Amino acid sequence: MPSRTGSHSPTGFGRGLPERGLLLLAVLVLLEGSVLPLGAASSPDISHQANSDSHKKADGGHNITKKAFPVLSLDYQHIHIPFEISLWVLLASLMKLGFHMIPRLSSIVPESCLLIVVGLLVGGLIKLAGEKVPPVLNTQLFFLILLPPIILDAGYFLPIRPFMENLGTILMFAVVGTLWNAFFIGGLLYAVTQIQPANPSDLHSLELLPCLLFGAIISAVDPVAVLAVFEEIHINELLHILVFGESLLNDAVTVVLYHLFEEFSSEGTVTVMDGFLGLISFLVVALGGVLVGAIYGILAAFTSRFTSHMRVIEPLFVFVYSYMAYLSSELFHLSGIMALIACGAVMRPYVEANISHKSHTTIKYFLKMWSSVSETLIFIFLGVVTVDGPHSWNWTFVVVTVILCLVARVIGVIGLTFVINKFRIVKLTTKDQFIIAYGGLRGAIAFSLGFLLEKNHFPKREMFLTAIITVIFFTVFVQGMTIKPLVELLAVKKKQEAKRSINEEIHTQFLDHLLTGIEDICGHYGHHHWKDKLNRFNKKYVKKCLIAGERSKEPQLIAFYHKMEMKQAIELVESGGGAKLPSSMPSTVSMQNIQPKKPPPAKSADRTLLQIPKGREEEIRKILRSNLQRTRQRLHSYNRHTLVADPYEDGFSDIIKKRRLMELEKKIKEMSNYLTVPAAASDSPTMHRARLSSGRDTDFKPAQQQKGNKSCPDPQSYGVKPATDNVPTIQVDLASPQSPDSVNVMDEFGRGDQEEDQGLMMKPPSGHKKPGEAEGAREQQKLTRCLSDPGPGGDEDEDEPFLP
Amino acid sequence: MGASQTHSAYKYQDLMTKTGFSLEQIKNLHYRFRQLSENNETLSRENLENIKDLADNPIKKQIVEAFFDKRNQHQNEMGSFEEIGFEQFVMVMSHFRPPTPKMTEEEKLAMRKDKLHFLFNMHDSDNDGKITLEEYRKVVEELLSMSGDIEKDTARGIADAAMLEVASTNVPNMGPDDYYEGITFEHFEQMFKEVEMESRMHVRFLDVDTRTIHCGSSTS
Repeated sequence: MPSRTGSHSPTGFGRGLPERGLLLLAVLVLLEGSVLPLGAASSPDISHQANSDSHKKADGGHNITKKAFPVLSLDYQHIHIPFEISLWVLLASLMKLGFHMIPRLSSIVPESCLLIVVGLLVGGLIKLAGEKVPPVLNTQLFFLILLPPIILDAGYFLPIRPFMENLGTILMFAVVGTLWNAFFIGGLLYAVTQIQPANPSDLHSLELLPCLLFGAIISAVDPVAVLAVFEEIHINELLHILVFGESLLNDAVTVVLYHLFEEFSSEGTVTVMDGFLGLISFLVVALGGVLVGAIYGILAAFTSRFTSHMRVIEPLFVFVYSYMAYLSSELFHLSGIMALIACGAVMRPYVEANISHKSHTTIKYFLKMWSSVSETLIFIFLGVVTVDGPHSWNWTFVVVTVILCLVARVIGVIGLTFVINKFRIVKLTTKDQFIIAYGGLRGAIAFSLGFLLEKNHFPKREMFLTAIITVIFFTVFVQGMTIKPLVELLAVKKKQEAKRSINEEIHTQFLDHLLTGIEDICGHYGHHHWKDKLNRFNKKYVKKCLIAGERSKEPQLIAFYHKMEMKQAIELVESGGGAKLPSSMPSTVSMQNIQPKKPPPAKSADRTLLQIPKGREEEIRKILRSNLQRTRQRLHSYNRHTLVADPYEDGFSDIIKKRRLMELEKKIKEMSNYLTVPAAASDSPTMHRARLSSGRDTDFKPAQQQKGNKSCPDPQSYGVKPATDNVPTIQVDLASPQSPDSVNVMDEFGRGDQEEDQGLMMKPPSGHKKPGEAEGAREQQKLTRCLSDPGPGGDEDEDEPFLP
Repeated sequence: MGASQTHSAYKYQDLMTKTGFSLEQIKNLHYRFRQLSENNETLSRENLENIKDLADNPIKKQIVEAFFDKRNQHQNEMGSFEEIGFEQFVMVMSHFRPPTPKMTEEEKLAMRKDKLHFLFNMHDSDNDGKITLEEYRKVVEELLSMSGDIEKDTARGIADAAMLEVASTNVPNMGPDDYYEGITFEHFEQMFKEVEMESRMHVRFLDVDTRTIHCGSSTS
């Protein structure tokens, strides 16, 4: 999963000690300052009283004394809710900042632990200040505001391929594992509370159903906690997706069990019929949730098809539709988490094909930001609520619960793996099982569910809450802190920072088709066959419906290829506008090395060799065009008023040009050995045109498109470039694509075009070189773009092709 | 019936040891073979190409060709057959067996190499031991062949980029005059070093003879 919490890179070292100290001090002051208003919130509004008092006084005694007009007055009540919220969020964010300034601490202790400690501190401070701790982990707040962003973030960026490949395993763990945990813990707890009749304790009054309910609450692995801890340990993808997938999918089980037991404990008896209804309910909850999510996902995808005019609100659709999916399923008591996951996963391939690059970035960053803040707040609140909450400590109950949780988890995992391994090709080893068992962390969801319990039905509510909190603390602190060294110790396979290269993509597709073919020859319809059928269905019908324009017909390989080009362009931008080549090209291999060497052909054959057919230019243009998002196409209508092109995206085409030209110039430098005649100065018109034309881009030739002139001059007249790093002379005014400069360029082309419109030909250059090299250079500079690049870190997961 | 049964029993034993399939799996495959070859002894290319489900597969030709490729028979021959018998059919199929849990590391590595060789042979159509640029281009073209109207140059561009990448990773310091002739098997293996080929490249073979499943026990 992409890291949301930032890296533990030693950026903190860069800052000096005094600055760090200053920041910590600021944080502490803020803590102290926040305590007072937070506390004051619950005390009666004094200031309001004061105001009304003064008003009365003013009214009553206006004929006696005229009260001075209050220049400055304090009215905390007016803003207290948003103020507090902002204060909490600010606190959470500053905490996050603060932790990374203490690098040693953050590498030993996972962030979640630190945040809980902070919460404890804040809660303690509030209590010390004598104020009442605000009920922050209010269930409404938690389930409706804090949880959805985290789940949506997880669902939108869920790596679909590993998830689907391991779906059976994940479901087994989620459903059967959680059921086992719930009944085991609940049942044994009840048994324990019933023993020791000689020593009658509180526990005797505990009945079976509340125990089972408690078991159900505490048995579910929590996605927030798992995410928080697993993200920092970077284990391999398989384990990550197993534990994480389990934590997501067990929500359905938890919801059903919770409601089931809650219903029954008010009635008191359970029949077989009820059990059966429970099972049906489970199917309804799970599948219903997924269905609701999928419907909203498709709606979102469909809407995104039409957003080419209003790029700025694209991210909003993604967020709102997802949230609606969550709320709609909560409306029917279906599994909201599964709805969110389904919505995100379904809409993503189509939405990403439709939206602009900036929207994509916006969505990514907003999701990361919200989920990060949410997670931080949840952990802090857990700490606060621990200090506050009514506690009822019962040694037996709590200790037994903790032990039973661990034992149940271990037995469950081992038992299930034994069964699952019979069906899996890649078996789960003991090490894997250990990590899965150890990674079963409980978190805030369990607490909130416990909080929801009604006191009159569950007299032991406080005891439950205490036990839940203890389990949460135990898992998060003990397991969370020790899992990293254990992973190192056991030498568990780590996540491979593999970049998705074009080769891999080609072979993945090839393999898919091959395996489908073999299955067809074998005659039985295995899962490759069905996957293939689904892909074909998707391509034929669904994509046409949900993806706008010609991108709906784009095969996956080409889409991937374009994506990589885009990534390269972005990399170039980020590496400082092309001042130096990104390090993705450490080798000196170029196109020349691959192309079979042709003997220098006769002069007459020169032109034919270099004649790049019109079709090719068209293709390059098409690639660039579809690469740079659909807004490009609007430029073809040569009308300033309808242009909605994104200025930054203009920059990309510019960057791609620049890059190719840079490659070109580099190669020219190398090839200068071969030149026999010194070339013309670099600013000759031919050179200028060479630069312009080698960076062909439709944006600057809408007029020509209109005229139907498909070719463009490419004189290939490269001379020796003086060794400078001159960025090519195209200056695009990024603010307005139809700047005077671009008009000039077009005119240039127009002129150039008139002269030669039979495709590209090599003009008799003022400086010439081997034709083979020229074409080589041309090809190579177009193609070196396509090297797989290291890519921005942590982005691998999101860049999966549409339907893996 | 008796004589041919013992005869086929011997053949099956032989095949079982050679390929590692179980008896049930071989029987199923034989049944399928007879179905495809219309009860002849040998299978021809047309038989395979007439399979309906394969029609939509972009690399159909390569797959069919792989069955008739002598290199996949592990007998160090080259060239291709005109028609294949059941033995050759099973031999090719054996490349798609999943690894068994009892396999040692060496066996797994050997299986992986085997499968990679199979893939390599599919690309290296002229048997010269390397995948040249032309051959790779053809691969990409075939992959894209069923995806609508793709310009030839896009396919070429992709293949060229991919080739460049392989060259850069494996032979990073080539001078401007050196010529990278093609992807050799070692470089090909390198491409897949992160991928667990032995598990990726497998097809589930039926263990159960679906024809003889009926209520009551079968007597065979």
